[in-house]
This record gives sequence, C-alpha cells and structure tokens, in this order.
Amino acid sequence: MRISLIICCLLSLSACTTVQPWEKDLLAKPSMSLVPSEVDNALDEHIYFSKEASLGGQGVGGGGCGCN
Amino acid sequence: MSEHSSIRNKLSLASATLLQMGNAAAADDTDNGWDISTAVLFYQENNGRVSAIEPVISGSRELAEGEKINLKLVLDSLTGASPNGAHASSSVQTFTNPSGRQTYTVTPGDTPLDDTFLDTRVALSGSWEMPVLDEYSRVILGANLSKEYDYASLGASASFQRDTNNRNTTYSVSLGLNADTISPSGGIPTPFANMRVADSGTNRDGADDTKTITDLMFGLTQVINRRTLMQFNLGLSESSGYMNDPYKIISLIDDVTGLPITPADSNDLPYLYENRPDARSRQIFFWKTVHHLTEDVINVSYRYHTDDWGIDSHTIDFHYRYELGNGNYLQPHLRYYSQGAADFFTTALVDGQPLPDYASSDYRLGDFETRTIGLKYAMRTGETGEFSVRAELISQTQNDVTTPIGDQADYDLTPDLDSYIVQVGYNFRF
Repeated sequence: MRISLIICCLLSLSACTTVQPWEKDLLAKPSMSLVPSEVDNALDEHIYFSKEASLGGQGVGGGGCGCN
Repeated sequence: MSEHSSIRNKLSLASATLLQMGNAAAADDTDNGWDISTAVLFYQENNGRVSAIEPVISGSRELAEGEKINLKLVLDSLTGASPNGAHASSSVQTFTNPSGRQTYTVTPGDTPLDDTFLDTRVALSGSWEMPVLDEYSRVILGANLSKEYDYASLGASASFQRDTNNRNTTYSVSLGLNADTISPSGGIPTPFANMRVADSGTNRDGADDTKTITDLMFGLTQVINRRTLMQFNLGLSESSGYMNDPYKIISLIDDVTGLPITPADSNDLPYLYENRPDARSRQIFFWKTVHHLTEDVINVSYRYHTDDWGIDSHTIDFHYRYELGNGNYLQPHLRYYSQGAADFFTTALVDGQPLPDYASSDYRLGDFETRTIGLKYAMRTGETGEFSVRAELISQTQNDVTTPIGDQADYDLTPDLDSYIVQVGYNFRF
C-alpha cells in the first residue's frame, strides 16, 4: 500500500511539461506557494505536535517543546 | 536594411528595455522593507482542559537579490488541566501533584486530570537564506531557541537547495539538530516507581535530563505544468535521551476487580511513573500538490509517518482558497489524521504480572483519529496589508486497544477530546 502510493505519486511526475519562465505567472502568485501562510502553518504544526505522536514532513528542526 | 531586420532591432531594443526595467524592479524589491506577519491564536479544549493564548510576530526582509532573513517570536501561555495518565474508576482516587507536597482528588467516574498545568513558553527563531555557488543554488541557515518553566530547547538547521531544468525542478537536502533539557517540577521521576503520598519522598532520579534530535530530509519540488506544483519530502529523524513525559503515570490495577490496588507500603499510591524507550527512529514521507484553478487554488497534502515505537500515522490536509476579488478570500480547511498506538501503550498495568520493558498511558500514544474543519477569511487592507480571521474545530476520537478488566468496563478509559481555535492575524509591509 505504502510503496504503491509512493510509486503512484512518482509516476504522476511523468505528466510534467516544461514550463518556460514567461509562463510562470500563475506559479509566481503568493497563493501558489507551497506554504501560503508560514504563521498559520507553524501554529497548526505546534498544536498537532502537542496532541499527536507524529511530526515533521515539511521541514527539519523547528524547536522542541515540553508539550510532548 | 530590410523592414524585417528593422522590426527585429526594435523588438530587441524593447526587450532589452523591459529586461532593464525588470532588473530595476528587482533592485527596488530588495529595498521594500520588512514583511511582517502578526497573529494571536486562542486555543480551548472541552471539559475545562487546556486553554492557550499564543501571540506571534514574524518578520522577513530581502537583503539583496536571493538573500533573505527571517525572525520570529512566539509566546505561548497555557492554563488548565491535563490527563495524568491514570484512568477513571468507581473508587475515589487521590494523587500527589508533581512537587510532592500537595494532593488532588478525583471523584468516581471522572478522568483524572492534573489541574496544576500552567506554563508560559517563549520561542525565538531565525533563518538566513543566501545564494551559493551560482544563481541556481542557495543555503538556508536556521536557529531556534525556546524556554519554558520546565523545558529548554536549542536547535540549528541547514538546508541546501538547487534549481535545475529551467527552474522547474528543485532538489533539497536539510539537516536539523536539537538539544533539549527537561527540568520537571519536583525532578525526574524514577521509571515504574510508585507515585508517593504527599510529603513522603517522591521517587526521583535527579533534577533534570536531556534529549537530542537529529533530522535529515531530502526534498524534490517539481513544476508539473503551468498551474500545478508538486513536492515530495523524505524525512529521517533520530531522537535519543529522556523521552518520558515526567507528569504521566499509569494505574496499577487488580487483575480481577480492575480497581486500583492498595499497595503494601502505605506511602505508595497505586500509580507508576511511565517508562518509554530512550531512543526513537522515525521515517516520514510527505507529498503536497498546489493547483491553480481558474481563480481559486487547491492545496492538498498527504503524510505517512512510521517509527520504531510502532506508531504509524496518515495525515491528509486540504485547503481550498476561494477568491472573492480584490485580494480577499475565503479558505475552508479539512484535515484527517489517523494514528495506531505505540507498542507499549496501555490503559493500565495489572498487579502481580511482570512489568513490561516499557509502558505509557499517555493518550497521545494511543490509537485515535483527529478530524479538523476550519474556515479562514482574509481581507486586503491598503497597499500591503491583509487582515485575517480563522476558526477551526478539532475532534479527536480515541479507540480502545486493551480488553477492560472488571470495573474498567464501566468507564471510558480513553476519552475523546474536542477543541477549537480562533486566530486573528494582520500582515503588512513597513
């Protein structure tokens, strides 16, 4: 299941088309960034880190906390 | 000279002018001051459990082309009550608070909560992004520091990113190191030792202990087409040192009645301090896609997490940014999280049976699902300002992993948890 999901995700890369610099108007919009709001994202990560046993995936470090 | 070449010359000139304007604009961008994000988060759990207020201020500034710094300060003020790990029972239960000097009593049927939970955390972090080698590569150096009453954390990170394929593909490798010190109220409890009656000694192993965490992450970000961006991360994390929650205990129950036992030593209480392994290896796979519809944007991610404590989890996260025009938007948010219990998670230890190597009744190591539903509204104000408000409901549903014994069958040993957040934010440039 895990492996098939990863393979599926990687296969989707084969659908890539080369996007030229002058075609990146939409990709350059702030709303299209991977993390549109760093503050919302960090606050959410902190809440879920203190209530669940998983963390990470989007970056490294970030600081420990006595909450977990 | 032909008419064609004349047009070509004019086009070249126009292009050159545009490019120069572009450079000038880029130069101006480096002097745009600070981009400031501020927010205050309110967090509240049901049944009078934890509540928190968390103000944040974050600022970033471009120092030169490709060079940027970011600084962030977070305060986190917590009050309320937190489950101590023991479970509900038909007997009155008395506990000693972490200092070992006072007691609190829980009525039959209630989940034991330690209501002395009170803390303020200050966290400061910064990062510095700079180009290296050539215009396609950069390094981001980060540092973070946080301090609370019983916990201090110091961390550093470094990330290398390289663009290839016409900047349609970005590879990254990141390393993070964290060193934490835990100084619990009353000292470090001896694993599997009994909680003691107040003022009769506390079964402690010194005043503080340490933990280190090393994170390594490999990332790939790929432009799929003009409207779609995809990210894959593979994370490896090694923790070692003191991994217990010093405030968590485990009920020691009778093998027939399921009630807390009466210990032979009258100064012992029928609760043992938890004991977790002193090392943990985690692996994380993360996938995210951002897709631009006609106006709106979908941001969806999936995370698979597994570790050698036996905790496997799946997280699906979905944001839909619905554009209202003039820079205003509504953003619904859905999140689903599912976690299997740690191998050593248990609701109680049974008297007379040999102690396992490790055990914990911390509900966060149990088998549960979390569902989140939220909505954010953001409104453009002035040239660079954005005011936003968001609210989310978080619902955690615990599943039973052990077969109840006697009295245990009458109670919810792993109660569910509902909480909500409200956040107000304002971003601006100055």
